Amino acid sequence: MVTVIDYGAGNVTSVTRALRRLGAEVGTTNQAEEITDATCLVLPGVGHCAALIRALDAGGLRQPLLTAIARGTPFLGICLGLQVLYQTSAEAPELSGLGIMPGNVEQLPQNVKLPHMGWNRLRSVRDCRLLDDISSDAYFYFAHSYAAPADGPATGATCVHGREFSAVLETERIFGVQFHPEKSGSAGAKLLENFLRLSA
Amino acid sequence: MSLAHRIIPCLDTDGERVVKGVHFEGLRDAGDPVELAARYNAEGADELVVLDIAAARDNRPTFLETIRRVAEQLSIPLAAGGGIRSLDDARCVVRAGADKVTLNTAAVDRPELIHELSNEFGAQAVVLAIDAKRGQESWQVRVRGGRMATTWNALDWAQRGVELGAGEILLTSVDRDGTQSGFDVELTATISRSVGVPVIASGGAKVPQHFLDVFTEGAADAALAASIFHDQVQSIRALKAFLGSKGVVVRLPC
Repeated sequence: MVTVIDYGAGNVTSVTRALRRLGAEVGTTNQAEEITDATCLVLPGVGHCAALIRALDAGGLRQPLLTAIARGTPFLGICLGLQVLYQTSAEAPELSGLGIMPGNVEQLPQNVKLPHMGWNRLRSVRDCRLLDDISSDAYFYFAHSYAAPADGPATGATCVHGREFSAVLETERIFGVQFHPEKSGSAGAKLLENFLRLSA
Repeated sequence: MSLAHRIIPCLDTDGERVVKGVHFEGLRDAGDPVELAARYNAEGADELVVLDIAAARDNRPTFLETIRRVAEQLSIPLAAGGGIRSLDDARCVVRAGADKVTLNTAAVDRPELIHELSNEFGAQAVVLAIDAKRGQESWQVRVRGGRMATTWNALDWAQRGVELGAGEILLTSVDRDGTQSGFDVELTATISRSVGVPVIASGGAKVPQHFLDVFTEGAADAALAASIFHDQVQSIRALKAFLGSKGVVVRLPC
């Protein structure tokens, strides 16, 4: 059972639909105890980083989420769900991220068109189980103006738009993608399938 | 930079069925939106736009149901619009499964609406649709499906829309729309080089060369077309193969 965190501001429908297409049993929640009890967590996020962080705090979800991740519950953060893993975001400097990953999320340079919107390719940093059986030429769909640092202990692949940034994070049980796998055609579906396999 | 140029089929609907006309007039039936969406998703479309060009108040539930059924078919992004006049209207469209909301006439009537939507959903979810018609020395904004003239300059409006929070411009040449005589490359280049957000060129596409022209000379980030895809005059796969062979970065279907 995959528990998708529905914090109210994001659109979780496409994520749940994409997971169900792969045969997963999916539930959505905004309840602390359901996050604590989850066997597999997905945090999708679009829009403004402050809305996500405020919703997590207002719903009392921050601590349960941190506890679940620390305990080893498989976790996939999508887009803002990846960014919130860092210490802070320049999009919401007054708020603290979850602080699981070192470093800060910064705006992409303004010498390129923002948002970084559309299909882009990845640069592999190291082998990622999340990218198993996905062509190195595959495109993924991005829609964001802020991004994580390119280098970090969990960074498995990067992407470049104005500057290089982390596009795939992978540790033993913590996964994050800056792009939207649920909007990334067959390559995105394969990535979600890999996540389901890794979290089984 | 390897960000791919996007090919975007557009489904102009009367709320329920896909329709197509020349110069926004003389509408005829062009198919079932759900069937077309499934086909484009499989053929390698990079995104899909669904518009309610009738945008009649009493027709809203039908259009929202269309969005819902189209979204179910897709593993690519979906933009939807037509008749969105308030934050509540936009919420309904997003809840129905759209990733982006397009605004046109309502934003001209009340530009602050762009800001309200951008605040709620993020700039990446707000597409400002501008229908532009050539004047003596500049392009004028048209509203109400291209039928009504305004005194607004299209370039000024694009820049203001971005300041207000639009994350993308969907730029339609009213002069070229439905004519199949090629995109207005000059219009597209003028706007695209003057704003910091992606620009989707629209209106006039027929042959692959038109797309090549608007991506190179026109500096478009994406290109939108309707009838050539609906009528199977042009396959998306072949179009992308052509663009790729000319050095344009496109996402080739795997």
